[in-house]
Amino acid sequence: MTPDLIYGVTGIAVFGIGLVGALCAQERLRRVLALKLCSVGAGFLLVVGAWREPPDTPDPVPHALVITGIVVMVSATAVALALIRRLQTLEAEDDA
Amino acid sequence: MTPDLDPMILAIFLPLFGAIAAFMLPRAAALIGLVTLAMTTGAVFWLAQRVLASGAVIVPLGGWGAPLGIDLRADGLSVAMLLLTSAVGFLVSVAALDSLKGADQARQRQYFWPLWLLLLTGMNGVYLSTDIFNLYVMIEVIALAAVGLTVLSGTKAALRAGLEYMYASILGALLFLMGVGFVYMQAGRLDFAGLIAAEPSAAMSAALALMIVGLLLKTALFPLHFWLPAAHANATAPASALLSGLVVKAALYIFLRLTTYMPLPDEILITLIGALGAGAVLWGGLQALRAERLKLLVAWSTVVQIGLIFIAFARAGQVGLAESWKAAALLILAHGVAKAAMFLAAGRIKDEIGHDRIRDLDRAPVRPTLAQFTFALAAISLIGLPPSLGFIGKWSLMEGAMAAGYWHWVAITMIGTFMSVAYFSRVLSAFLRFDRVRAPVGEHQGWALADAAPLTLALTAIGLGLMAAPILRFIEIGYPFGAAL
Repeated sequence: MTPDLIYGVTGIAVFGIGLVGALCAQERLRRVLALKLCSVGAGFLLVVGAWREPPDTPDPVPHALVITGIVVMVSATAVALALIRRLQTLEAEDDA
Repeated sequence: MTPDLDPMILAIFLPLFGAIAAFMLPRAAALIGLVTLAMTTGAVFWLAQRVLASGAVIVPLGGWGAPLGIDLRADGLSVAMLLLTSAVGFLVSVAALDSLKGADQARQRQYFWPLWLLLLTGMNGVYLSTDIFNLYVMIEVIALAAVGLTVLSGTKAALRAGLEYMYASILGALLFLMGVGFVYMQAGRLDFAGLIAAEPSAAMSAALALMIVGLLLKTALFPLHFWLPAAHANATAPASALLSGLVVKAALYIFLRLTTYMPLPDEILITLIGALGAGAVLWGGLQALRAERLKLLVAWSTVVQIGLIFIAFARAGQVGLAESWKAAALLILAHGVAKAAMFLAAGRIKDEIGHDRIRDLDRAPVRPTLAQFTFALAAISLIGLPPSLGFIGKWSLMEGAMAAGYWHWVAITMIGTFMSVAYFSRVLSAFLRFDRVRAPVGEHQGWALADAAPLTLALTAIGLGLMAAPILRFIEIGYPFGAAL
């Protein structure tokens, strides 16, 4: 087992856990968190793709991709949370 | 090289700056929106002229070419999609001026324009991108803007549907991103030329599978369509028209592109995609027959049409792929125009009558005749009656399937057509029945200038069928896609 294989498999596993959560979870917040896990898994995999045997320097392109992915996911999470809050406010008004 | 005023760059950055301006100056948002759309449409026409004159064109952004930099490329298919987007988008915007004019809709007016211009940025970006990471970013931009448009009305149903759409959209994009990661590890580059050059391997197939599943989720192919009907039915009319007519097409377009660069490894997979399309046609048709609301019926008809497009893609198996994409592209264009018209007409009918319960449509004393006529014209194109563009699309689907001896696709298409006649008749017969109205019927009430835009769209959907041959010649410019890269 080389380190990149271990990390690669871990990335895929994290993505898988997130996938199951996103499809099966009931609570709204849990599903957002599951989607975050998915994005962490995908990012993990890209970082592993950048890894090179030590004397060589890592490939910078996947790092750039991961940073872009993180930015995208931050904004997506913000939108999802805003939607959930709004929905909760509306539902609370109905109950009151 | 300084590509400072290239139409491709304009097509992406004009709407982006327009979106920012419309957000910062909410009072002038509508004006900014319309001017931006007119200018973007102008840029697209300029680009179309260039592609007609000299074939596919490429612009390396900032002078950095692929594989390190980002190229923009336009060929016949991408320009056809751009033209569809800006022309339909412009007419929907004109209709939005009227349908968002209510006093209680100030918030909707304020946010519609920035979101829609951002959506346009993302879609134009998709149609011009030549690398898969760029595509990932663009589909996320589209997803965020589209969710915003879905929840524009702020009702609880719209918010629930929007949230569901958001989950599906983000998950689809992340699956796509995972595929992008696999491709990079395997091929070391992300541009289309790299995809073509890559050796077929198990990892590349896994990458393709991940990307395709992500795209199918975003384009709502059965059984991944679960988010679509509620999202499209609960949005406000112009938003529904944009979501149904244009947004789902972006993921479809990426699917068509990817499968030409990375051929599907197996005949069985193509049959599977066709079978999912058949499932969509049957299930969507059944649900449309059962739908109680007009907009929900129209939304289910979108599920059916998406299925039909995938059947067109699979119609002649692996050997026929070089031709089948054209049938799929024709159906994409036809559905884009006709469905936008139909959602706008449905919105107008709902506005005039005050509800959109199909069961009670024939009790309404108000008959918005022009909107009903528009609905009927759009239905003609969606059912696929001649001479509409929908007819040409379905015809080329069936012609290819017959030539390849795949009669099951012909049978499914015929069944789907009968079902679509049945569910649209539910609505059309309600428009024509007057015996259940107790009050005197105001037959010529409810005409408005707002009917002009949907009517133009519906007439275009019918009229484009007469121009099918030039359209086909146009989308072939630059094909096979790899050649000009």
